[in-house]
Amino acid sequence: MKAGIVVFPGINRERDMAIALELASGAKPRMVWHQETDLSGLDLVVLPGGFSHGDYLRCGAMAAQSPVMGAVRAFAAQGGYVLAVCNGFQILTEAGILPGALLRNASLRFLSMDCHLRVERADTVFASGYRRGDIFRALMAHGDGNYFADTHTLDRLEGEGLVAFRYAMPNGEITPEANRNGSQRNIAGIYSPNLRVLGLMPHPEDLVDPLMGGIDGKPLFDGLAAAFTPLRAA
Amino acid sequence: MKATVTVMLKTGVLDPQGKAIGHALGTLGFTGVGEVRAGKVIELELAETDPAKARAQAEEMARKLLANSVIESFRVSVDG
Repeated sequence: MKAGIVVFPGINRERDMAIALELASGAKPRMVWHQETDLSGLDLVVLPGGFSHGDYLRCGAMAAQSPVMGAVRAFAAQGGYVLAVCNGFQILTEAGILPGALLRNASLRFLSMDCHLRVERADTVFASGYRRGDIFRALMAHGDGNYFADTHTLDRLEGEGLVAFRYAMPNGEITPEANRNGSQRNIAGIYSPNLRVLGLMPHPEDLVDPLMGGIDGKPLFDGLAAAFTPLRAA
Repeated sequence: MKATVTVMLKTGVLDPQGKAIGHALGTLGFTGVGEVRAGKVIELELAETDPAKARAQAEEMARKLLANSVIESFRVSVDG
């Protein structure tokens, strides 16, 4: 699997993402600086978490205008696979590549804690390592993760099956209590209509090795690696 | 020419910051405060000297970067 991780100034989770991708695929990802525009040869482009441009103005607003984002937009439009986590998700919504916006957490607190995600569909490259309805643990670390979209957009996302993950209780129930940041309809992550772009707030890359305290996020990366490296999937 | 762009969350978009400010005002003993909304003010020094053109420029900047139309509305005022 040839993965590229886009590095914006102020991003700080690119190395964790590289560890998760390399662990699953055996291949070192390429770091792509935000001023580069060449994404040729990549199977997967990843926008990692962090605080691009200091979160000034709005989280991801400045990064969405970076030279690399034109290339990411074209890559996605041509059917390329894009994984965007946390600040990466904010950047994709700011760029209009995924719909909606990430608002300040309803509690106004920066939330750094475990959450549980329910897999809404498993027939995608990103979720192929899970089963539909699986609950897995992930870490959230964000101040602006409160997913917002207008009712029409939310209905469309749900109607077209584009909700990837929802905040759930450990037993799988979708409750307001599980929805710590106040996201509309407990949405933690969404897909593009072709299911090849995934944006989510929690960090699956934080749990990919027993040394990290769990491997709940590993199936996501294993699924990606299996899709792009068929020989390793055996 | 100076242009001032005021960016506010759209009606219907939860504004927890405004709510927290309202709550603090109540704690301070200010009564009769209804809904509180918090936004941003961005001042721009523009080389443009024509007020109409300066306004158009600032509006374009607001649409492209300063405001996110999914969640925010903006207004522009211009003064020489």
